[in-house]
Amino acid sequence: MTAGLDVALFVPCYVDQLAPEVAWATLCVLERAGCRVHYDPAQTCCGQPWVNLGARDAARRMAKKHLDRFAEAEVVVSPSASCVATVRHRYGGLDVCGAGDERTERTYELGEFLVGRLGTTKLGARFPYRVAVLQSCHGLRELGLGTPSERGPAPERPSPVDRLLDEVEDLTRIDAARPDECCGFGGAFSVTHPTLSGRMGRARLRAFHEAGADYVTGTDVSCLLHLDGIRRREGFGPRAIHLAEILANGARP
Amino acid sequence: MTASFDRRALATLPSRGELAQHDAAVWDLRRRRDAAVAEVPDWEALRDQAAAVKAFALDHLDELLLRFEERARAAGAHVHWASDATALCRIVSELFAARGARRIVKSKSMLTEECGLNRHLEARGFEVVDTDLGERIVQLAGEPPSHLIVPAIHKTRREIGTLFHRTMGTPEGEDDPERLTRLARADLRRRFLAADAGVTGANFAIADTGGIVIVTNEGNADLGTSLPPVHVACVGIEKLIPSLSDLPVFLRLLARSATGQPLSAYTSVITGPRPGGELHLVLVDNGRSALLADAAQRGSLACIRCGACLNTCPVYRRAGGHAYGTVIPGPIGSVLGPSVGGADGAELPFASSLCGSCSAVCPVKIDLHGQLLAWRSARPTPSRWQRLLVANAAWLMRSPTRVALVRRAARLVWPLLSRVERRNPAAPWLEERELPPLPRESFRAQWKRRRLAPGGASQPTARAPRV
Repeated sequence: MTAGLDVALFVPCYVDQLAPEVAWATLCVLERAGCRVHYDPAQTCCGQPWVNLGARDAARRMAKKHLDRFAEAEVVVSPSASCVATVRHRYGGLDVCGAGDERTERTYELGEFLVGRLGTTKLGARFPYRVAVLQSCHGLRELGLGTPSERGPAPERPSPVDRLLDEVEDLTRIDAARPDECCGFGGAFSVTHPTLSGRMGRARLRAFHEAGADYVTGTDVSCLLHLDGIRRREGFGPRAIHLAEILANGARP
Repeated sequence: MTASFDRRALATLPSRGELAQHDAAVWDLRRRRDAAVAEVPDWEALRDQAAAVKAFALDHLDELLLRFEERARAAGAHVHWASDATALCRIVSELFAARGARRIVKSKSMLTEECGLNRHLEARGFEVVDTDLGERIVQLAGEPPSHLIVPAIHKTRREIGTLFHRTMGTPEGEDDPERLTRLARADLRRRFLAADAGVTGANFAIADTGGIVIVTNEGNADLGTSLPPVHVACVGIEKLIPSLSDLPVFLRLLARSATGQPLSAYTSVITGPRPGGELHLVLVDNGRSALLADAAQRGSLACIRCGACLNTCPVYRRAGGHAYGTVIPGPIGSVLGPSVGGADGAELPFASSLCGSCSAVCPVKIDLHGQLLAWRSARPTPSRWQRLLVANAAWLMRSPTRVALVRRAARLVWPLLSRVERRNPAAPWLEERELPPLPRESFRAQWKRRRLAPGGASQPTARAPRV
């Protein structure tokens, strides 16, 4: 374990507003893993919505701002895989920096940081529930966190989420059908194409429900909020909870 | 604001039952593909190899096309060049008119769908019969295909039974797939025997030999090219591969990706006409060379039309092929849409959650979701006010002070959003789901307060979640 690493906490704009508990849980888990966590309240947004809308000029300005804001950081960690994927994989295409720029490469999703960078899986958490995982498409297929179901025979690449959940006491993993089908959030897609987004979300919710999960967890708050919104509308299905909240739960210091 | 794509999806698959059935039928193809792929240890290497061959072929397309023309002529075929759909239709109808051919049997070809060849020929009094069973079903129904490989996947067997009864006089109420297939085959067999000419597409064109490759499961292309004296093959210029030795890698990928079969039932390499017959090869551009010149979009020319991206796509499965309003649906259709699909096509790159499953499943590794994203930049959001909104929102979100104002404003209106039914920026979200409850304070506000409190910033107490 790399002791005493200084970590800049990157709290995506909507997590700040809609899910502060996820930001707290992330902070708590990082500290438990031995990091010194710094938070700059002047941070705003990585620009993902503009990237995905194809608004390149706006996205480029957001990206520049974001990189400036975290210029001093040694590593940047965020509880949102899609925001991290935007920084690591889309900033290059916006010409704000070269592909593989050091400033973008040091940005990590929480799970990959804990497992990949710190080599930590045991955080002393306890969560006595049946938990299914909602794969973040960006985490899985862009950040490479795990093995997408489309891939041909290859050595299994265990996802950091799986490895972290394996160590949570009393947690029962539930596998739902179609393990990495998209939940239909897709950012602006959820409001420009609500019918399709809703159809996709209901199908995922039903799959998790039928598999008997109490909770569905993941690395993207946005997908989880979308799925939870459908759960509250439909009146069935597992609650959404972010990976960080599980890892922070019932933890012994 | 709701996209017309959504409205067409609602019209295509209106009920939850139809939706579930379509999704399951299409997903079954993805499941079969996965099972077949699991048996091929070098699958990912095959994809790399196929992508490399296609990239090479597209980079050298000018040379390959000329070589193909020369070798095909040497083998006894006639070669024609069609710059667009109109040219293709004209060439084919003139060929048939000159030979007095009236009855045409046609095997499945997305290119002829794209160019409207059937419509053109029928308007001039030719009888065109699609001989692929799925194509025949949509032809009889007067509908466009809804899938690249299974054109009638949107139809239930009952609908097909009724259709066959009405159009072919099969027994009323007969909806057993096997018996319906046998009846349709008997009907098609008569038409094959009476045909004056056969039209096919081509899955590949081999520059070194001047031959074309046609892959089917029903053998209909083979009958259509062997029985009538004239065979016209319509070949998109992007179908070129350098040599016959490049073919096996594509054959190993194609059928597995499409249906999970190790190999399609019939793979025919046709080089030159059969004895006593005539072979015409029409090389069709129809926008392809423009696409080739577009660095961000040329990758889509590598497509081998296996349909795997449709089968994996959660949007396609829940919208149905007809929601796309273009000849080619699904992710590859959305990528081709803005260049070929007219007004509806321009919107298609936005009809995606960008989950990336299409790119991961594609046997020739087209960066489909990357190309969708590239289209979004090239053809930004449809309306002017949306663009204005997007730009202003970016301006607001760039400065912490402005963000603070947005936050305060959002907090004021948030409780109202879920109450007001219409004329409300959250309406599209509320169509399908509840808004997330707004916490009393943002993380930033909580963090600032705790930092000022004794004990410092970071003493969060994780609460046990309530079930």
